[in-house]
Amino acid sequence: MILTPLISLALAFAISAVVILAIGESPVEALKVMVEGALGSSYGWGNTLYYTTNYIFTGLAVAVAYHAGLFNIGGEGQATMGGLGVALCCLFIPWPHWTLALLGAAVAGALFGALWALIPAWLQAKRGSHIVITTIMFNFIAYNILTHLLSKTLRPLGSMDPATANFPPATHIPGLWQLAEMMGFAWGKHSLANVTLFIALLMAFLVWVLIWRTRLGYELRAFGKSEPAARYAGISPVRITIITMLISGGLAGMMAVNNVMGMSERLILNAVEGAGFFGIAVALMGRNHPVGIVLAALLFGFLFQGGAELSLWTSIPRELIAVIQGLVILFTGALDNMVRLPLERLFAARRRKEG
Amino acid sequence: MAVQPEHPTSPQIAAGQDLAIELRGISKAFGAVQANKSIDLAVRRGTIHGIIGENGAGKSTLMSILYGFYRPDEGEILIGGQPVAITDSRAAIRAGIGMVFQHFKLVQNFTVLENVILGAEDGALLRPSLARARGELQRLARDYEMQVDPDEIVEELSVGHQQRVEILKALYRQADILILDEPTGVLTPAEADHLFRVLQGLRDEGKTIILITHKLREIMKITDNVSVMRRGEIVGTVATADTNPTAMAEMMVGRKVILKVDKAPARRGAPVLEIRGLRMVDDAGVERLRGIDLDIRAGEILGIAGVAGNGQSQLLEILGGFPEVGSKLSGRIAVNGHELPLDGRGADGQARRRAGIGHVPEDRQVEGLIMDFDAWENAAFGYHDAPEYNRGLLMDNAAIREDARGKMARFDVRPPDVELAARNFSGGNQQKIVVAREIERNPDLLLVGQPTRGVDIGAIEFIHKRIVELRDAGKAVLLVSVELDEIMALSDRIAVMFDGRIMGERLPEEATTTALGCLMAGMEPDAGPVQAAGGART
Amino acid sequence: MDVMTVVQILDSTVRLMTPLLLACLAGLYSERSGIFDIGLEGKMLMAAFSAGAVAALTGSAVLGLLAGILGSLALALVHGLASITFRGNQLISGVAINLFAGGFTVLVGQKLFGLGGRTPPVSGNARFSEITLPGATAIRDVPVIGPIYSEIISGHSPLVYLALLAVPLTWWVLYRTRFGLRLRAVGENPASVDTAGISVTRLRYSAVMICGVLCGIAGAYMAISLSAGFVKDMTAGRGYIALAALIFAKWRPWHALGATFLFGLLEAISNRFPQLHLGPITLSESFMLTLPYILTVVILAGFVGRAIPPRAGGEPYVKER
Repeated sequence: MILTPLISLALAFAISAVVILAIGESPVEALKVMVEGALGSSYGWGNTLYYTTNYIFTGLAVAVAYHAGLFNIGGEGQATMGGLGVALCCLFIPWPHWTLALLGAAVAGALFGALWALIPAWLQAKRGSHIVITTIMFNFIAYNILTHLLSKTLRPLGSMDPATANFPPATHIPGLWQLAEMMGFAWGKHSLANVTLFIALLMAFLVWVLIWRTRLGYELRAFGKSEPAARYAGISPVRITIITMLISGGLAGMMAVNNVMGMSERLILNAVEGAGFFGIAVALMGRNHPVGIVLAALLFGFLFQGGAELSLWTSIPRELIAVIQGLVILFTGALDNMVRLPLERLFAARRRKEG
Repeated sequence: MAVQPEHPTSPQIAAGQDLAIELRGISKAFGAVQANKSIDLAVRRGTIHGIIGENGAGKSTLMSILYGFYRPDEGEILIGGQPVAITDSRAAIRAGIGMVFQHFKLVQNFTVLENVILGAEDGALLRPSLARARGELQRLARDYEMQVDPDEIVEELSVGHQQRVEILKALYRQADILILDEPTGVLTPAEADHLFRVLQGLRDEGKTIILITHKLREIMKITDNVSVMRRGEIVGTVATADTNPTAMAEMMVGRKVILKVDKAPARRGAPVLEIRGLRMVDDAGVERLRGIDLDIRAGEILGIAGVAGNGQSQLLEILGGFPEVGSKLSGRIAVNGHELPLDGRGADGQARRRAGIGHVPEDRQVEGLIMDFDAWENAAFGYHDAPEYNRGLLMDNAAIREDARGKMARFDVRPPDVELAARNFSGGNQQKIVVAREIERNPDLLLVGQPTRGVDIGAIEFIHKRIVELRDAGKAVLLVSVELDEIMALSDRIAVMFDGRIMGERLPEEATTTALGCLMAGMEPDAGPVQAAGGART
Repeated sequence: MDVMTVVQILDSTVRLMTPLLLACLAGLYSERSGIFDIGLEGKMLMAAFSAGAVAALTGSAVLGLLAGILGSLALALVHGLASITFRGNQLISGVAINLFAGGFTVLVGQKLFGLGGRTPPVSGNARFSEITLPGATAIRDVPVIGPIYSEIISGHSPLVYLALLAVPLTWWVLYRTRFGLRLRAVGENPASVDTAGISVTRLRYSAVMICGVLCGIAGAYMAISLSAGFVKDMTAGRGYIALAALIFAKWRPWHALGATFLFGLLEAISNRFPQLHLGPITLSESFMLTLPYILTVVILAGFVGRAIPPRAGGEPYVKER
């Protein structure tokens, strides 16, 4: 049933339009500005794809955990810690070439993110602590740790910014526009999207393989559906919980390659920009399927970039996107039955009439 | 003896008599399933009326309608001759109906007193309600021999006592009509006897009791009238005195029941399973298994009889490699002479399967199948590591599908569609998928828990036959069932479990229901009459 | 540290713990009824904004408070619809509400006032003023009791006293009234309530609405009592701290008072001493602010007294036989 998420999405947008109307602006105008700004130029596309890259990572992170019946709401913290890993890796290892640095940073980001997910996973598996609550707590703990490190330990001498030093040039990875230039055409000059997009797409493919083609995927889906059945089949709940959360946290942490290494080229506070929460919306929208997630990530990338344009050209602040995001999560995730049940009844009735 | 279809004016219960409940033309459908088909039923005041039928015959649906859990699609309910609209449980309670569900509806961390007054408080403040209830409870307990400490926390009570609380709850609400849904499934025979005495006492006071069960013995023992349900319909209502168990059984299944399974005498081989001094203490510190010693040889079926909750499930789970989380185990298990670890990494379900143990678990919907997985995925469940299902790092889904197709054909699973999710098959066909998966692995030892619970009669015969075939192929079978008839029909030896112990072993040809019943209650058969209830806890 | 510093820190603790306490009790009602609520944050934020905006527009603190309660109630209703009527995922609904409130408040605030999401500063009648309890001035100079009474106990907004009163009231409601009995029952085993002829839906909606009212007061307190107006994202994670306090308190009212006092104290200390030197150890502000989260994780892990949530928590109720 592809119809349910589409109707939910339509409802979310309809209400957003009402909100825009209510604050005295024109939804059509707003949409025009957003489409123009996000998709109307190669530069807009470049930025849209940058955000898309973030959301593919966090969306996959939420989805992998979801298949194992775990709600990982800690993407924010895991991506934050991933950023720390990426920063340390870029600052303290003398990389000879950006390709190697990219690989190293991806590993470091994933490792830090995975380790940040490990503690809540272990607590859930061994002590029965609710993973939703612990991952929320770990978001705040990560934020505070980073604040401390950036204002004390990692801040370069003489700087007032709570941020690390700039990464050395050898770690600068090319943006998509640079690749285009290398291939001899101009596209999206100075836009934000970079080669990390390809890593994100590769991860989406690997997640698909993992979930539907490997024993681990089979086991984690079985565990997600029924823990007693998993135990009957000899699948260890502790092992699955921990491995799943390591993968989930790793995916969220890997996002830092995009925003920290690929964009700001130093580690700043709040680098994640809520991408962890966008991941929830993206996974819900994409029905936890990698293809759906890539499409939903593109939609939210468009929304985020379009929202930035909106605040630039109209008096609608970019917080509009948070409203839309909240509504999308509400309708596709929590009010799912409101849309699905009447639809099912409708189809059942029609089938009866035909049959 | 003639059994006639029931009408409100049937000869057994003539019109004009004092009817407590009358149902007229009640129908209820869930989707495509017609759970109740124009049911007519009349229950006389001051009688115990049994409703008997197989699992899935629609008994519980009918009673849930009477208690306001479901609204009937059609039909009318009369209480004391007056039509009543039972829109919810509140209306049912107001009409004087009390219900004791199969799964108790108690708040586990509340006291008995709090549970009793919940929903029947006298006012907005608790103190006066509690005081009144305490007195009332003491009176009820005295009158009906149902002593229970009002200040005890419910989860500390034995199952039998929790059931008392449920009955007291109904009586506190001044129920005139008491419905009990399979009340003895969790009781020892002695506890069940006590319950029956209580019910008879209530009837003698003029209360009306409806007893839902699938056990013929109970019907014969205490009911005045009995209605038989089959496939959503009432196929007959008779006075209990005018009938006999065989006739009832035929009505239940719609044809002669074969309680015997055709099988040749067992040809016993070498010992396959040896259990010595197996003990288990659960997470809460309760000793569930108190030193089990068992042997099963190749080519025989050992049946374990017992009331649910006496350690049978724990035994199966330990042998299958998934004991309750947090439990402590000791003792020894050996299969084919090789000792198996009790816990740790080498003792999980995978290791057990490698050691040649197959397992049809007690609850197929919670353990044996992933209800949202397709049939083909389920057909490999637990064996998904097997080399023939894998190619390098990836699973060989084509091979698994092909294999599942074969299994479903050989076991006549309907519909034979491997792409259908498990939840869309009937109970019997779900069970066939599990049985096919486990038997076709040709295990040296097959664990079987409640193989025919919620399974239609055709599938029961099929499954029984396959289990016997496995035995005849020289494999060992450990069968656990709460259905004594099933145990008697299938087993080559019968062991009875009570309170975590093996009470005794019998050969089926020399065992009687009475003797086994005594053992199930924790007594030696020659130890005299059954005394007060022992406390089996679940 | 002299006495005056201690008194000042405790005084500020009382102010800072108030929104936590209200939100914590709000969560208590909801979760005791079996509805998980991670949307406390969003409801508080919505209330803070509504209160700040209406107080600024009308000049009345009381109207501001009412608006705050209404704003929070609206979101509580959404949460009820999602988790009770449509049996959706309560956690996801909470996340959605938090995100929505974060955006909506700024969106509407910008439209109304054009101050980048702020509301104009309120003062006078538009803000809850502090109450001096009887005799506070008189005994100010009595040693020990004087400052404790006149500084710590007296001289707070009426909403502070309301929050403190809500603790014994909640205890009484929970353990001494019919409503409380049913509320606790529906969070443990809704089937027991349903078969007793009580509507699970109505009971849970009542709990969610009470939760909305209390979050409303909490938010209003922040905007028009603790501060003089709404600022973007002003709750700054307090809804989550309240949630942590609720777990810390094991879903019990008096414990909630203790837990929120502790978390308020940590905040007060870190405000006063960004660097706390305790002999050889220096505790930084971020550490103090992190402590509530760490403590909650420790409690959740069951290393110090296990916290067992209401058994039916998070599960939509589906009738079954």
